Amino acid sequence: MSIKTVRNLRRISQVLFFVIFFWLILKTNFEVTFSPGAGGEIILPYPVSIALEFDPLTALATLLANGTIYKGLLWSLVILIPTIFLGRFFCGWICPLGTLNHWISEIRSERLKRKGRGKIESNRYKKYHRIKYYILFVFLAASAVGSLQIGLLDPLALLARSIGTVVLPVAHTSADGLLGWVKSFGIGPLSGGAQLLYDIFSPLFLTFRQAHFHTILTIGIVFLAVVVLNRVFTRFWCRGICPLGALLGLFSRYAIFGLEKNAESCNGCKKCMLHCQGGDNPDVGSKWHQPECVLCLNCQASCPTGSLKFKFFPNLEKKKDNPAATQKVDVSRRKVIASTVGGLAMVPLFRSGDAFEKNPNPKLVRPPGAVAENDFLQRCIRCGQCMRVCPNNALHPTFMESGLEGIWTPILIAKIGYCEPSCTLCGQVCPTGAIVELTQLQKMGDDNNRPNRIGTAFIDRGRCLPWAMATPCIVCEEWCPVSPKAIYLKEETVVNNKGEEIKVKLPHIDPDLCTGCGACEYACPVSDKAAVYITSVGESRSLDNQILLQRKGIERRTQ
Amino acid sequence: MERRDFLKKTATAAGLAAVTGVVGFSFHNRDTAAYKTLMAKTGTFEIASDLSYPTLALARDENHTAALRASLDAIGGIERFIKPGERVTVKPNVGWDRTPQQAANTNPELVSEMVGLCFAAGAAEVIVSDITCNDARRTFIRSGIKEAAEKAGAKVILPAEDDYVETDLGGDLLTVWPVLKYFIDTDKFINMPIVKQHSLSSCTIGMKNLYGILGGRRNQLHQKIDQSIVDLAAFVRPTLTVVDATHVLMRNGPQGGSTSDVNIENSVICSTDQVAADARACKFLGLIPENVGHIVLAEQSGLGNIDYNAAGYKEIV
Repeated sequence: MSIKTVRNLRRISQVLFFVIFFWLILKTNFEVTFSPGAGGEIILPYPVSIALEFDPLTALATLLANGTIYKGLLWSLVILIPTIFLGRFFCGWICPLGTLNHWISEIRSERLKRKGRGKIESNRYKKYHRIKYYILFVFLAASAVGSLQIGLLDPLALLARSIGTVVLPVAHTSADGLLGWVKSFGIGPLSGGAQLLYDIFSPLFLTFRQAHFHTILTIGIVFLAVVVLNRVFTRFWCRGICPLGALLGLFSRYAIFGLEKNAESCNGCKKCMLHCQGGDNPDVGSKWHQPECVLCLNCQASCPTGSLKFKFFPNLEKKKDNPAATQKVDVSRRKVIASTVGGLAMVPLFRSGDAFEKNPNPKLVRPPGAVAENDFLQRCIRCGQCMRVCPNNALHPTFMESGLEGIWTPILIAKIGYCEPSCTLCGQVCPTGAIVELTQLQKMGDDNNRPNRIGTAFIDRGRCLPWAMATPCIVCEEWCPVSPKAIYLKEETVVNNKGEEIKVKLPHIDPDLCTGCGACEYACPVSDKAAVYITSVGESRSLDNQILLQRKGIERRTQ
Repeated sequence: MERRDFLKKTATAAGLAAVTGVVGFSFHNRDTAAYKTLMAKTGTFEIASDLSYPTLALARDENHTAALRASLDAIGGIERFIKPGERVTVKPNVGWDRTPQQAANTNPELVSEMVGLCFAAGAAEVIVSDITCNDARRTFIRSGIKEAAEKAGAKVILPAEDDYVETDLGGDLLTVWPVLKYFIDTDKFINMPIVKQHSLSSCTIGMKNLYGILGGRRNQLHQKIDQSIVDLAAFVRPTLTVVDATHVLMRNGPQGGSTSDVNIENSVICSTDQVAADARACKFLGLIPENVGHIVLAEQSGLGNIDYNAAGYKEIV
């Protein structure tokens, strides 16, 4: 097989894995049918988070943080073990963010630094490539003491989050807006054609309902920065930032596959440097950096004299006119120690503040089945899969609700959507066990089983229509999904503004029955700031964040 | 600078200034934005009365579809209501993500039977739709209504944003509201409620079921629930009201959640008078119709007869 064929195979592989990744995110969505019987478990037809489970960085960091490799994360060995032999093939052949960066980088530029000699120079190994290793050490050290920050910059989590909570919702808004704009001209065939196109493509890419996400802007800006920086340096993210690339670079240390250069036959044309993705100096006359190479094979494929060859057990020795290649990661011991210490220190810094345990935001309502906060922060990689799959758009990335430590972890905002009692999808898609998989029975409970609770509802008597405005309502009681209802009514006589006595039913909460689902808050007609609202107190996952001495559904420490 | 050059440059700048000014003034608007409404085609789907038939009939049978057919036949049979080639919209109560046994939604057996009867009478198209409270996809599936109605050949429509039309309901209280178009743009309207307890209106039966044609912020309707229900009933006036009293939700309405909230009554009421239908059906909940605010108000508004016996009532056991 010629090298050009192998390069084409690499291109096909990139397209294929990108499409699979994107398709899995599209399918992380409630579009299933299920059998309507009493049991009626709703199970997603595809293992939609499987791409995230192949991520060795997620596996290693969660292992450091909580001591286990959760479920499908063992798949990550499929990536990690071949990397030990081959090097960073994942980055060049599989990683969907790498592929996106590759494509954006290679769009022709008008800037001199991105053409010819300028590009050759910019593709040289640079000191900034080391940054990713320090980022890796910071994050791994933080994981080891219980704060999983890896998800912020892990490429798969970052891409899943960005596509799921930014790109697709923005596409939805744009498509709807465009359709409305075209239709506004009122030209029949034009409107019909636009509608037809919309009807064909919307089932493929758009959700049943437009999703709206909290703090979409912060996620969007980070993603935009990652994409746009490719226009300054080829694959800036992969070369300089990506902690997964750094991890795989470290594991390439003893690779038996690599680039052999033949200084005798080289004519010095430097074409190899023009399209180098890793910035690893493939040219004869400079030191090749194995941990930087993503095995894109562009150098070998563009070499007119056949002087470059990827092979098993390559000769990496110094030869005439060609320095020896290195398999070592180019980091200084001092900085490795410094970044590790930095990562270790970051966690007490987070937790000496008030957001963790001492003064948690009452609105920090976690998804149903979420593990206790301490454990949660050791598991959640902020991939956004739970938010994407939630049929009610109830789950959102936090901004500062759980402090800087928990940015972009999931929170339930009942005003936008409540937690559907029969739904267990968020636990199904969570790749790391931050949200455990519940059965419908575990979620809803029955006469003999406790339901899962995410919080408790409270009534704001100053805003409630019957309590404050002598106006009948009871919508919260109507929506309360538990039987018997956690919202009960007491008829009382109140006086209206004409001095007349009228009877209204005043809602009260029974905290023993309330599961905190937020249906009441969602349905409350006082729409801007609901007169009934949920907070996290009473959540099943916490032993301490409780109101009642005894409550159905809580295992107390003593039990 | 030459004179020619001076004139040219000045004229260009002046021209651009003029255009800017003209554009600004031509788009100036002192009026507040006009509120666009679409007048309803009609909400009235009643057929001419025929005194040779009773107004309402109740049939009791463990075979629920047989109960439906018996009560419908007693008031004239399907051919009286559906003519060949007509488009029919059937509106069951599909409010909540609940199973048929939990009695929060209309019995799917009855829905499929009703759809089948419409087609047997020659209906060109039967649409089954409702604006659910819980997520429409889950609700239509778990209630069993999507499967049952589709099997019988109906087109099941889950409400989408584009499907609403701003409609003047012409009520005392309810004026312009978004209505799902399938409930007004059709030939015949069959209301298929289930009987449920409700904490504010006492019961959710036929007229209350019409909430489900409205989009918008219908959670505000509770503030004047009796008048809201009556306004809706005055607007819609269904061809036929078919009350599912096979399972009756006695407590924790309108969504229940436990089968211990449900009484099995095995009854179906067919009626051309929605007030009489509700008056009879509320008795399953132990209510006296004269104590139910919206039923009383509906009669006072001339929508029907609260004294269902006087209206012509037949019971088939």
